[in-house]
Amino acid sequence: MLFNENLPIYIQIMNLIKKQIVKGELRGGDKLPSVRDLSTELKVNPNTIQRSYHELEREGLVYTQRGMGTFVTEDEEIIKDLKQKMASNLVNSFIEDMKSLGFSLEDIFSIINKKIKEG
Amino acid sequence: MANIIEIKGLTKTYHNKKALNNVTLTIEKGKVVGILGPNGSGKTTLIKILAGILRPTGGEVFIDGNRPGVTTKSIISYLPDRNFLYDWMNIQDAINFFKDFYADFDENRAYELLDFMKLDKNMKVDSLSKGMMEKLNLSLVLSRNAKVYILDEPIAGVDPVARDQILDAIINNYNEESTMIITTHLVRDMENIFDEVIFLKEGEVYLLGNAEALREERNMKIDDLYKEIFGA
Repeated sequence: MLFNENLPIYIQIMNLIKKQIVKGELRGGDKLPSVRDLSTELKVNPNTIQRSYHELEREGLVYTQRGMGTFVTEDEEIIKDLKQKMASNLVNSFIEDMKSLGFSLEDIFSIINKKIKEG
Repeated sequence: MANIIEIKGLTKTYHNKKALNNVTLTIEKGKVVGILGPNGSGKTTLIKILAGILRPTGGEVFIDGNRPGVTTKSIISYLPDRNFLYDWMNIQDAINFFKDFYADFDENRAYELLDFMKLDKNMKVDSLSKGMMEKLNLSLVLSRNAKVYILDEPIAGVDPVARDQILDAIINNYNEESTMIITTHLVRDMENIFDEVIFLKEGEVYLLGNAEALREERNMKIDDLYKEIFGA
């Protein structure tokens, strides 16, 4: 896997896992791949994967069970929050981009409305 | 964490040409370190000094507390940038050769790695392609239980499939107890496996640091940073 964004790799891997959780590909209680396995799969330094897991744990999205591995949180609220946060990030960056192109909020609103009506 | 390698004011001169000039750096145990720079930047000279093949002109080098010599050679597994096996050997001969030479050689691991690389132990060394040769040399070097692995351009000139196998072998072989030092100018293919990177420019340390911290600070990939530093 090639990482293209100019972001630290550990953040890109966190985003990858967050997307899988939001899409339901990873469900509450599911086990994440071992650090070693994901490291080989993505061809990334194991320390980097470890850091991604650690940061995800700090955000409460996963938990570690000693000797068992890392698991997705079973707390539905946290997952719902994550979904909201990701949506609002997308919308924010969309609005920023549109504003930088010179569109007002009303313009943006009517463009979206039109798009929705067109289906 | 403990430093496995300490280099202070290292200089190496060939006749009147300075290959390394006042290089100072430390490498922590358990890290994967990339030494990056174009041809002629001093990467191979630096590595050969660590491997105990070249003597420094000035400055100090300590590996696990010792100056390069017999003791340090026994804890360093070194992959040179060219084939080091004899043409008359087959792969089994090469394994026996390593077994005789190095007390820390793990024969079973060698067979596992060869299997992973899809190399047959009856193949003759002089019949191997460049990619197969690189895979064989790397398999042997990684089969030692060394404290320090030094790999000089491990993916130079090999096809993409062999390159992926080599990267996998390096990642799978990594453990917290050993340190890996890897030189490359193929930064894009290798940057994701480095903890730390050291940019060498004309024999001097131009920049060094944690790879993720540099990405964050400069807002770019290590590959782009490399192009910025060495580009025209």
